[in-house]
Formats: sequence, structure tokens, C-alpha cells
Amino acid sequence: MSSTSNPLLEAKGITKYFGTITALENVNLKVHAGECLGVVGDNGAGKSTLMKVLSGLYKPSAGSLFFQGKKEILESPRDSQNLGLEMVYQDLALAGNLPIGENIFLGREPTKNLGFIKLLDFNKIKELTNAHLDKLKINVKSADQKVEELSGGQRQAVAIARSTAFNAKVVIMDEPTAALAIKEVGKVLDLINSLKKTGVGVIVISHRMDDIFTVCDRVMALFQGTNFAEASLSNTSRDEVIGWIMGKK
Amino acid sequence: MEDKDKKIVSLHLKLMPYLEKYGILLLLVIMILVMHILQPDVFLSWRNVTNVFKQISWQSMLALGVFMVIVTAGIDLSVGSIMMLSLMILAVVAKAGAPWYIVVITPLIAGFLCGLFNGLGITLLRMPHPFIMTLGTLYIFRGTGNLISGGTPISGFTDEVRYLGHGRIDLQWLGLEKSQYLPVSLVLIAIVYIIFWIFLNHSKTGKWIYAIGGNPNAARASGINVNKILVIVYSLCGFLSGIGALILAGRTDSGYPNAGLQSELDAIAACIIGGASFFGGRGTVLGVFAGVMIMGILRNGLNLMDVSSFWQQVLIGSIIVLAVYIDVLRRDLGTRK
Repeated sequence: MSSTSNPLLEAKGITKYFGTITALENVNLKVHAGECLGVVGDNGAGKSTLMKVLSGLYKPSAGSLFFQGKKEILESPRDSQNLGLEMVYQDLALAGNLPIGENIFLGREPTKNLGFIKLLDFNKIKELTNAHLDKLKINVKSADQKVEELSGGQRQAVAIARSTAFNAKVVIMDEPTAALAIKEVGKVLDLINSLKKTGVGVIVISHRMDDIFTVCDRVMALFQGTNFAEASLSNTSRDEVIGWIMGKK
Repeated sequence: MEDKDKKIVSLHLKLMPYLEKYGILLLLVIMILVMHILQPDVFLSWRNVTNVFKQISWQSMLALGVFMVIVTAGIDLSVGSIMMLSLMILAVVAKAGAPWYIVVITPLIAGFLCGLFNGLGITLLRMPHPFIMTLGTLYIFRGTGNLISGGTPISGFTDEVRYLGHGRIDLQWLGLEKSQYLPVSLVLIAIVYIIFWIFLNHSKTGKWIYAIGGNPNAARASGINVNKILVIVYSLCGFLSGIGALILAGRTDSGYPNAGLQSELDAIAACIIGGASFFGGRGTVLGVFAGVMIMGILRNGLNLMDVSSFWQQVLIGSIIVLAVYIDVLRRDLGTRK
């Protein structure tokens, strides 16, 4: 948490129109290295739209994004991934029929050259997967286990592991605990905490106050597409944040 | 009593991965044993075994192509028609007096282009399901084949053209008799299956084919160009159907209008018996081979026993249902809901 340094990711004056509908109006957001920002808001407040702008899925109608102080224009999710901006989707986007390791490296598999043909390097996939899972303290029986054999919490952990396998600097998580059993929520929140320790900036969208107050350092509320309120966790309370979601200060 | 039950359950769980991988081979071995017991003199004779391989040679190509498509959760109903069209083009080109190396290449190119047409249609025209596109091309390709050949058989190819389907590798140098030869088509099946096994299991593209079948959204989110992979898969499926046409040309020495009629259904059946899932992402090359073999042995064995072909239909249908039911039971035990 180094609020004095420059933010890792900063959005300034983001505005997004869909036809005549204004989804976002002049929204600002910033997250620092090793910091977790919670984004709260009621349904339709603009949380998902804002995240899609950050991940390059939507182009903002106005406003700009700065990554490590440099202005960036994102044309596609590939661009944001190349910057080190990763998204963990609510539906997880994992292939259940493939093992954990192959999911983590899907689309970016390490290969070895055998003469003039390139073959997948399964040993390397396994090695890198085990090292990465160890680093994040994720426990699974084996990297060869298929994702469909995992519990919801383990799947969420694999999705988070995937988002951080390529030196991600900012990870955006959409409702990371929504689909989990209560005892699994804790593990995922621990995981977010260990991510922060490695210097990753984390943005968590959630409507669960427990999540926000366990892992976040700062919380901001969107209301009807605008910045409504923002405070560091130590200066606010659950009741106040719940009030923000309803549009009361 | 309870302990005993627990032991049985844990034994099941331990065996499950092996059954999943090799269960279909077990079924194949059992079938071979049963046929051997029923027909001890004939069934495992050199002549009959090579006969089975010659009979399944072109079906095994169609099945392998359809298998790749099924792994992506798609379907290709047009492989029989692709094979017929490729065969007819081969026949026309051969009759026009083209040299053998041109004649041999034409069905491969024709098959590939037919598959490409399917793939582009499914992706560019955004067909709601590959079933629709390939149902359309099932008619289009067969109709085209009849248009270019006038709907009549064209027979008589040179030995070079017939080599893959009809050639024999002499094994007399091993001290075997002249009748104990190796069909070239058997060697071809082995080579093609090994190449595609490596492609599907050890290349990036192969892995992505499985990923698309498992969850196309995950593949997209990983930056995989799903449409491009689908076009490749359907093109390869067409290419394999073209190889099938070349083999069939060798076996029958003729291009004929009914070639490959309903063979798309045989190909799908072999994949399903071999453990491929219609929902995509599941199945192995070895399983498809076993599926093709099971269908071939069943037909061959029942022919040897003079069982009517009507019973063969009933039996093959029953095996499809049974094989999938076993798969359902296995899945219930193996996967979390």
C-alpha cells in the first residue's frame, strides 16, 4: 500500500454511452501496486461497464486510461493482457475437460522444438504450474487434475492463478466469491491477500461486505454511472458503504 | 459389510481412470476372443484379419475426420458426400488421361476444399449449428459428384492410383507364404492415425481443439482464434475424406454414384462407440480406432456366421446405445456435479 507513489492503473473521466443511455459519466478510478480496491454499487450502477472498459472489451466514449503513468488506448482484451492487466471473469472461463496446468497456460503454452515441428512441453507446463501454485499457496492434488473435478473454490483459485501466471500487474476480479461455498470464500480471500503481497494491484467487484472489509484497502461506490463516494477502509464502516450502494451519504 | 462396500467403491475410483482410457480396448479384445471362439478356424486367419483391415480402411479415415469435428462439439454430416465427390473428380481426371501423380493428388485437394467450404460456411455465415451447414453440403457435394460424372460409374484406374487401396506389401522375405501379405491400406491407417494422434495431443492447435470443445468462451478469453481453428478442423476432416476416396478408388477400381452413401453415420457411430462425447472436448484417437475396429469386426464376424445384415444393423445400433450408457454411468461416478 503505497498511496504516495504513482498509481499503477488510473482511469480519468471515463464516460460511456450506449446509444442514448449513459452507462458511465466522468468516472475516475485508480489502483496502486500491492493495493486492493473494492468497487461496490447496485445492479446497473456501471460496475461491469467500467471493468469492461478497463479490460479493453469496450472503448470509452470519453476519458482516458493511464498505465504506470503512460496513456494507453486498449483496442482488445489482448492489448490489456500485454500490458499486464488481467481479468477474472465471473463465469471463470476455464475448460473443464483440460487439466489445471493446461488451463493456466491455455493459448500461451510453452513448446519445445523437435526438428522442424513444435510440440507442447508438458514437463515445463507441469513445472511452471506447480511453482506458480506453490507461490500462491494453492493446494490441489496434482496439476494434472482436470478442472471439472475441482470444487468451486478450487476453480476460482485456478482462474486467479491463470490471471497471474504471466506477471500480471493488475488483476480485476468480478464477484470472485459469488458462486462459492462459505468455507471456500476464506481461501479465495487469502489468495487475494497473497497476491497483494507480491505487489499486484487488485480490483475486486463485489456486493459482499465481508469480502470488501477483509481484503480491500480502499472502497469506491458507483451510483447511476458516477463516482458516488470513496474512502479508505479505516475511515468507513459497513453501514456507511451499504448506504452508498443505495445512494445515501 | 459396510467396509467391504467402501473397498469396492474405492477400487472403482482407482480403476476409473484406466477404464476411461482403455475400457474400449477391453471391449475390443473381448469381441475378438468371442469371435475367435465362435469361428476358431477362420476368424483369426491371416486372410480374414487383413480382410477386416481392408474393409475398414476408408471408413477409418472418415471416422478420424468426424472425430476431430466432434471434439469441437460440432458435427460433419457431409463426409460421405465429400468422399463421393472426391472419388468422382479422381475418376474424371483419371479418364481424361492425367498422369498418376496428378490423379492421386486430386481427391486430397478436392476433399480439403470441400472441408474448407464447410468450415468457412459455418464460421462466416454464422450458421446456428454445423449440423445445418454440413446437412446442406451433404446434398450439394453428392449432387455435384453426380453432375460431373453424369451419374454413372467410371471404372478402370492404373496400378499406381490403386496402390494405397489395393497394394500389397510382400512378406515372403520374412519366410511367410505369398498369401500372407500386408495390405498397404493397413500401413496407411497406422501412419495417418499416429500423425493425428501427435497432432491432437502434442501440438498447440490440437490442444486448442480440445479446449474449444470443453468451453469455447474459455478458448476465446485465452486469445485463441476459435473460428480459425474450426476452419482448420473442418478442412482436415475433408482432407481425410479425400484420403478415404483415394483408398476406395483402389479397392473398387471404380468411381460410382452410391460411394459413401450413409457412411457419415458409420463414422459418427464409430466415434461414439469409441468414447467421443457429442458435447465436445472428450475422446481419444485410440478410442476412435477401437470404435472403427469394433464395427468392422462385428460386421465381419456376423458375415462369417451367415447372420443376416439386418441383424448387423440391430446389433450396431444396440452397441451405440450401450456404449453411451456405460459412458453416462462412468461420468456419474467420475465428475462432480
